[in-house]
Amino acid sequence: MEALQKEGSRPDTGPAAGLPAVRFDGTRVAFVIKNNPYVAVERADLEVADGEFVSIVGPTGCGKSTLLNIAAGLITPSAGAIEISGKPLKGLNRQAGYLFQADSLFPWKTVLENVAIGLEVANVGQQAARERAHGWLKRVGLGAFTDRYPHMLSGGQRKRVGLAQVLIRDPKILLMDEPFGPLDAQTRQIMGNLLLDLWSADKKAVLFVTHDLEEAIALSDRVVIMAAGPNSRIIGNWKIDLARPRDISDIRLEHRFHEIHREIWTKLKDEVMKGYSQAGGEG
Amino acid sequence: MKRLGLISAQLGVAVVLLLLWHVLTTMPWGAGGKPLVPPFFFSTPLDVIARIHKWFSEGTIWRHLWITLTESALAFVIGSVAGVLVGFWFARQPLIAAIFDPYVKMVNALPRIVLAPIFTLWFGLGIASKVALGVTLVFFIVFFNVYQGVREVSPTVLANARMLGMNERQLMRHVYWPSALSWMFSSLHTSVGFAVVGAVVGEYLGSAAGLGYLILQAEGTFDIAGVFAGMFVLAVFVLVIDGLVTLVERRLLVWRPTAADTHK
Repeated sequence: MEALQKEGSRPDTGPAAGLPAVRFDGTRVAFVIKNNPYVAVERADLEVADGEFVSIVGPTGCGKSTLLNIAAGLITPSAGAIEISGKPLKGLNRQAGYLFQADSLFPWKTVLENVAIGLEVANVGQQAARERAHGWLKRVGLGAFTDRYPHMLSGGQRKRVGLAQVLIRDPKILLMDEPFGPLDAQTRQIMGNLLLDLWSADKKAVLFVTHDLEEAIALSDRVVIMAAGPNSRIIGNWKIDLARPRDISDIRLEHRFHEIHREIWTKLKDEVMKGYSQAGGEG
Repeated sequence: MKRLGLISAQLGVAVVLLLLWHVLTTMPWGAGGKPLVPPFFFSTPLDVIARIHKWFSEGTIWRHLWITLTESALAFVIGSVAGVLVGFWFARQPLIAAIFDPYVKMVNALPRIVLAPIFTLWFGLGIASKVALGVTLVFFIVFFNVYQGVREVSPTVLANARMLGMNERQLMRHVYWPSALSWMFSSLHTSVGFAVVGAVVGEYLGSAAGLGYLILQAEGTFDIAGVFAGMFVLAVFVLVIDGLVTLVERRLLVWRPTAADTHK
């Protein structure tokens, strides 16, 4: 079970090699809502190694998206630290790409413009940016849709565009907030396999938020469980020793998958219940 | 086929109304062999058509149409540019917006017609005073829409733009600006309509040319056929402009589902 075949750091990671891509250290997040303090995340300690695929699983409202926003630099922790490749994060995380849960494409840009924009704003010439965007759209299976506008696409196609939009900038860290949440079951599996394909070609550190334990196990190297909010915290951390490459529809039929699932779920049920009663007692 | 049916139904309404008008004002069915409706006050469709024909065949109408069109276009362009700039500025500077908020509301609540005499005093009887009146109408429509458009950019789209590495200037160009323009274009019909209203009302209240002037002149001499002819030309003029706006809108808002669905 502990024999995780972690692919390890990329050889070309330079001075940051060996340091975790993302490190939450006693991170706490509290908001003030209508003069009432509200603790979203009590404490989070978590490391994501270079090239590692980590999923955060938890019930709705447990603060998993909050953790992603901290890693992205969109919000700052109230206490504790967030480090990116060993350095404390100040401002936006320039090494991260973020795939949002809600629609985040620019509705007034075509599919091609949406994908190319990340390069264009980084001063890559328009011609070159669009050529590379073409390449990425082919990789996500949308080579024939470059001139469409987002509203002309299905939900799954929009997520593919989003994936290309983020990956074209070659971020070292990929943050994903229930990216396949609104999709139907079949599309989710297809998107999951597409994600694993793209990820295995050029391993990035991935922090993947979902409420779907099966999806998390099928995709990840490691699954982290969070308790129900408020005062949420990490209550479990499992390595997933399923062989890669994986096909996430086939892998769900494997014996080992069920073992892992049962093990996590048994623990998860207890902890989630405890989490609920704690929250109830304090609230 | 469906479209053809709709157009024939629309034409049918016009034919029925014109026939009714014609019958009521010409047939000697009233007391003493007179028409039921006195043609002196209501004219007759044939007189009106003859008057329109005369205007166009003699070519006198073109100058008035041109003047009204120029005034409307200038009012629209100046009002829109000012509305976009101020709307953008206010939306990005909440403090400025808060300071000017009561004044904006005050001026907007003012019926513009009371401004017309002042504009005539300030800008004279020429086209400038009509343009000014149109601008006060167009400006507020565009201003409110742009203001809204900049402030209601989806937070997710904004966060995405930031994560994709956009700086403030690039956010302006790729996010705020398109969003604001889309809101402005969605009010294009209203603002173009108000530009025409400003021009015609201005002419009506004091001028030497234009459709409003034409109508006023006819009214002054109890020339009811002239009044109706002027109104009819004005209505067609507005319809044509509205059609052009629809064409422009279809091109500019091709990315928007609602625009595409509404104007099919």
